[in-house]
Amino acid sequence: MPLIEVTDLRKCYGTRVAVDGVSFTVERGEIFGILGTNGAGKTTTVECLQGLRAADGGTMSVLGLDPATDRTALTRRVGVQLQESQLPPKLRVREALELFASFYPEPADLDVLLGQLDLRDHARSFFGKLSGGQKQRVSIALALVGRPELAILDELTTGLDPHARRETWRLVEGVRATGVTVLLVTHFMDEAERLCDRVAIFDAGRVVATGTPAELRAAAGASTLDDAFVSLTRSAR
Amino acid sequence: MNTFAKITATETKLFLRSPLMAVVGILLPSALLLGIGAIPGMTEPSEAAGGYRFIDAWVPSLIVVTLAALALQSIPGAVATYREQGVLRRLATTPAHPANLLGAQLLIHVVVALAGIGLVLGLADAVYDVPMPKHPLVFLLTLVLGVVSMFALGLVTASIARTAKSAGGLAMISFVPIMFFGGVYLPRPLLPEVLRRIGDYVPPGSQALQDAWVGTGVQPLQLVVLAGFAVAGTALAVRLFRWE
Repeated sequence: MPLIEVTDLRKCYGTRVAVDGVSFTVERGEIFGILGTNGAGKTTTVECLQGLRAADGGTMSVLGLDPATDRTALTRRVGVQLQESQLPPKLRVREALELFASFYPEPADLDVLLGQLDLRDHARSFFGKLSGGQKQRVSIALALVGRPELAILDELTTGLDPHARRETWRLVEGVRATGVTVLLVTHFMDEAERLCDRVAIFDAGRVVATGTPAELRAAAGASTLDDAFVSLTRSAR
Repeated sequence: MNTFAKITATETKLFLRSPLMAVVGILLPSALLLGIGAIPGMTEPSEAAGGYRFIDAWVPSLIVVTLAALALQSIPGAVATYREQGVLRRLATTPAHPANLLGAQLLIHVVVALAGIGLVLGLADAVYDVPMPKHPLVFLLTLVLGVVSMFALGLVTASIARTAKSAGGLAMISFVPIMFFGGVYLPRPLLPEVLRRIGDYVPPGSQALQDAWVGTGVQPLQLVVLAGFAVAGTALAVRLFRWE
């Protein structure tokens, strides 16, 4: 059984259709990418999967649970990194981790986690004093502190410099190596090509293509995922 | 440690790391009391104040200042900041319900408000010989209703403000009338009759506090209206609340 199964998901905001019949599956142990331009419905889809938003139609199963009715059970098994979510600037890194660890039945070892995310030297730093890359690593650490089976990472590297981005990619690969399934929301093609086993390309609230990066390149007759993306999303317009 | 205790401990640390609101809430009303007391005539009995000293009439107004700063300004700012930063939404993705964060903020602010009020009352007694409440139990009941009704009003602002900036603006809608009717800008005995009558029913009930204090007996209707503000404010806040 797939770890995530989404069938014909629909979500409207008033008269605007944000997600229009989206279907895809994610297998255990995969890094699965949700790709699309801004406003393609990526974040809305992921928010429905977390139970943060009620869908208007379709069915969803995450870890065998229905996000709409089993949200609380789901929060214990899914780690989340939200787009543009901050922490109080005067909270120290270790305090943030301790706080979030206290929410979960079997949290990760904080020293190990700090080491994995290269945050040991910053454990006593205020969140507000960290660089963009360091903040992002804290955000990933918080997503992993509850030992999730699934990590949902939204716009992971937006705003990071090339070094920090590569470092973050290495981390995501490390996360998957520990057996965590990763759902990665991004609009960076190089990121998806480097990290994802399979991707779904979103355009205007629909999935226009699903497959491995290589399959999508071949299908579009393109030499890069970037070109494939442009041609796939253009043909759908 | 359970989730609420852990969140409250963390929030208390954060509150003390940016101590401005704690200082304002606890020390400002007492500083005002000492400032007013230093003005000649304030500590003498006055005809205009019905034979009382102005300093006596000011003590309930200083309770208004404390509660207005903490309930109407500080809490909405704190909650709106968390909403703006996505902290509430982030928390909603964990097993900890974000209501824990609201509860922690309320608890901290109520404790600070009570500390500030306690200090004002203590100073008023020690320095100006303002007699302690004649009906302590009625005074306490009135104070509890006053505190709850004020925080309920603050939560309405906290529920609808999307950003810290808009919380500051929205807060003024309740802050200015509450301060005015509470006799902070002009001592209540000097307000025109009709405004003073309206003010009798405005949270946190400075007239009822005054009456319980000097022992003239509290009008039950004033307490009922305070309770009404508390219930209606809380219900409205719950209805309007948005995590993002």
